[in-house]
Amino acid sequence: MGNKQTIFTDEQLDAYQDCTFFTRKEILRLHGRYHEMAPNIVPMDYTKDPDVKLPIQLIINMPELKENPFKERIVEAFSEDGDGNLSFNDFVDMFSVLSEMAPRELKAIYAFKIYDFNTDNFICKSDLEKTLNKLTREELTAEEITLVCEKVIEEADMDGDGKLAFADFENMISKAPDFLSTFHIRI
Amino acid sequence: MEEQELEQELELRELTLGGRENLAAGRTEAWEEPEPRAEHPDFSSATLLILANMPSRTIGRSRGAIISQFYSRTAKLRRRSSRPPLHQMSRSARPSLRQYDLELDSDTQSLLVKELQSLSGSQRSHMLQAMPVSLAEKQGRLEGLQGWLRRVALAPFSDLGSVPLQGFRSLWDGFLSLLHSLQPWHHSLKQISGRFGSSVLSYFLFLKTLLAFNVFLFLTLLIFVVATQAAYPPAAENSRLFTGLELLTGAGYFTQTLMYYGYYSNFTLNDPCTPSSRSCQPGKGHLPYNMPLAYVFTIGVSFFITCILLVYSMSRSFGESYRVGSTSGDFAIKVFCAWDYKVIQRRFVRLQNENIRTQLKASAAQRSSTRLQLGRMVVLSLAWAVSVGTVLGCVVAVYYFAEHMLKVHRDSQDRGSSEAWQEALLLVLPMVVSLINLVMPYLYNLLAAWEKQESPALEVYVAICRNLILKMVVLGLLCYHWLSRKMGYSSEDKCWETSVGQELYRFVVMDFVFTLLDTFLGELLWRLILEKKLMRKQRPEFDIARNVLELIYGQTLTWLGVLFCPLLPAVQILKLLLLFYIKKTSLMKNCQSPSKLWRASHMSTVFITLLCFPSFLGAAIFLSYTIWAMRPSRACGPFRTQETIYESGKTWIQELEKSSPNITWFTWIHQHLVENTFFLFFVSGVLLAVIYLHIQVVKGHRRIIRLLKEQIAHVSSWGLCMLLASYCLMCGTWGPRD
Repeated sequence: MGNKQTIFTDEQLDAYQDCTFFTRKEILRLHGRYHEMAPNIVPMDYTKDPDVKLPIQLIINMPELKENPFKERIVEAFSEDGDGNLSFNDFVDMFSVLSEMAPRELKAIYAFKIYDFNTDNFICKSDLEKTLNKLTREELTAEEITLVCEKVIEEADMDGDGKLAFADFENMISKAPDFLSTFHIRI
Repeated sequence: MEEQELEQELELRELTLGGRENLAAGRTEAWEEPEPRAEHPDFSSATLLILANMPSRTIGRSRGAIISQFYSRTAKLRRRSSRPPLHQMSRSARPSLRQYDLELDSDTQSLLVKELQSLSGSQRSHMLQAMPVSLAEKQGRLEGLQGWLRRVALAPFSDLGSVPLQGFRSLWDGFLSLLHSLQPWHHSLKQISGRFGSSVLSYFLFLKTLLAFNVFLFLTLLIFVVATQAAYPPAAENSRLFTGLELLTGAGYFTQTLMYYGYYSNFTLNDPCTPSSRSCQPGKGHLPYNMPLAYVFTIGVSFFITCILLVYSMSRSFGESYRVGSTSGDFAIKVFCAWDYKVIQRRFVRLQNENIRTQLKASAAQRSSTRLQLGRMVVLSLAWAVSVGTVLGCVVAVYYFAEHMLKVHRDSQDRGSSEAWQEALLLVLPMVVSLINLVMPYLYNLLAAWEKQESPALEVYVAICRNLILKMVVLGLLCYHWLSRKMGYSSEDKCWETSVGQELYRFVVMDFVFTLLDTFLGELLWRLILEKKLMRKQRPEFDIARNVLELIYGQTLTWLGVLFCPLLPAVQILKLLLLFYIKKTSLMKNCQSPSKLWRASHMSTVFITLLCFPSFLGAAIFLSYTIWAMRPSRACGPFRTQETIYESGKTWIQELEKSSPNITWFTWIHQHLVENTFFLFFVSGVLLAVIYLHIQVVKGHRRIIRLLKEQIAHVSSWGLCMLLASYCLMCGTWGPRD
């Protein structure tokens, strides 16, 4: 607003504002959070676009992600190299998609990536089993897991190939009005 | 035409691009062979490879495909005259595959850049924000086009070519960030959602909504009614002294203040031409202010705007939460949409794990359809009979109690007991009604525990229904009591409107006191009892439905009383602010999150519908009846000399007609459209026809969705048959050569 900050140039902040769902102040606050995770590695001056990535172990220790059973998958889904190392852009991207204002389609795309554990672009039975185990901390019996997986595939699979493609997933998400409010992390 | 051809070419390219890329990808290690034997044991891996490369499976999966899709989307956007909302777009982009390093077509990219540049600023940022491409790519790491989007993003006003607009933009950004930082309770709401999730958060968000409505009402009344009357106080001095009891009873010192209807003048304030003296003093009074008209119009217009805002938020909430054809899919929704990402504290995350586990177990076990046995029917009908019986009992009790209190009050007035005692007597009726509202929900909970409904959602609906019926019937009875008796309470002034206003003030204050009592007893004391005496680790649950209904009840009281007590919204604002902090503290210290699955957006729709229909509608009916049919008291208020409050508006229009004959159209509108009942019937008929049309359209949509689903299932099996047939044909033609 009025105070001069030297972390980003004005053009950078404008570009962030246009490409994400955050305002300038929130971008600066996010940079503060990113910096405090590793003050030695993350520079305070981002005007030259430094190529700095934080490893996954640091990111999943954030209070917003620490107790989330899908924290590794979330970070991997947003990292460019697929290994979970986030640059600042990926970091902002992640919280932008998980913010309140992101539209349903965008959230559905990334939710699909998160639940697709073996990254084959289908949510198959093994992905579902892993999801269930993470949701219930492995406290369901094997029969219950099989039953629930079968039911899920029966309900959501439309073209009958026994696994969920993105179209099936998106169709199912569109029927769940709560998705927008549950797939949301406040930062 | 050229654009359309270009678009079609791009779409074709997209299909082939997708297919080609995936075939190419078949050679990289990232390709995983699908498990053929499990799902389709008859097809070989080669067939499945071909199947997997069919356009229907690969469409839009590559980055190039996304870009060309977005290009066609922006082109469509530009062609249409009005901007369509993005969430209604027919096609959605598919996930991009980052592990495939594909050569991107520079033509497509430059086309997209050009299209984006031609959009307006807000459209462009919407498009950019919704693109499922990584931020780094958006910010220009695409090959050869360094910062293409940065250029595009910076270009909003460069096409308009004016620098002042950029200054305006930075001002607007500053305003938005200020508004955002002013957003009250952001940290508190984050704390609450971090521990309890979206379900309990919906209560606090509903409280925020109610606060907004009250602030709006209060500000309008303050500006147009209260402040102007405060600038010109009436001649009579306030004869009473301030004792502390006024805060509870609203009578005493407060009777002759701005708080109540009786204080307001019935003439034009600051009138240069006083009716008593024939002369007009042109120097004095530049702005004559007709108080009665201002009073009735402000209340009417603010109610009308509140109605529009309520209906708008209700329809928006309904549109988000209701989906055509969304009857099935319980398991899938539970698995993918039940995990609340907002919950961040370990203890509550564990609780969420347990909740989901319990729900999945329960749903898995509940395989048999529940047949309504005779025993269940008897139990259900008995439970409903008991609840309806209790409602009737409470209503009759309140009626006779109100009559009795009226008699007692009259006796004490005749006997000449002290003012304080008389006013304290008035507190008894509100206390009894609030006690009923406090105790009965617990009784209904016990009834529900005995009834044992199958689905938890049905249990919540039944509880809401019963509580709502009780509250609304009791309120209805009280309204009838007030209007029919015209509150023969106060002998001085004979100002029945002020008395009704005071009664409603007492109800609002008592409701607050009893809510505090309920929080104290129901949550704090109960937790102590559970922990110390019964040694159970369990804490009381925060009953969302009951608390929201209490909020709705308080808001109904405010809306009922606004005509008689213009400062009642201020009291309600104070009450809501205090309630937020008290409920939050009690929640953090004493409660645990609800164990049943709470469909937050669905229930929010239900709550705002309840706020609109029984609550606001009832208050509007009460207000309309008072304005149209009740005779204002002769001794006080802005409508002393009129037969009905509505008459003041009618007289004004007649005077307007007499004074300036140019605006006869206005009086014609009033005469033929507002007074004439035929027009109202006509409008209602049109509204009903529109509703019927929409219902039929939704039915048609449902049918089409079902047909399309069947088609998808058929196409996939049909496609397989065709593929097999062509494969066999190919084998047949080439076979003999091998």
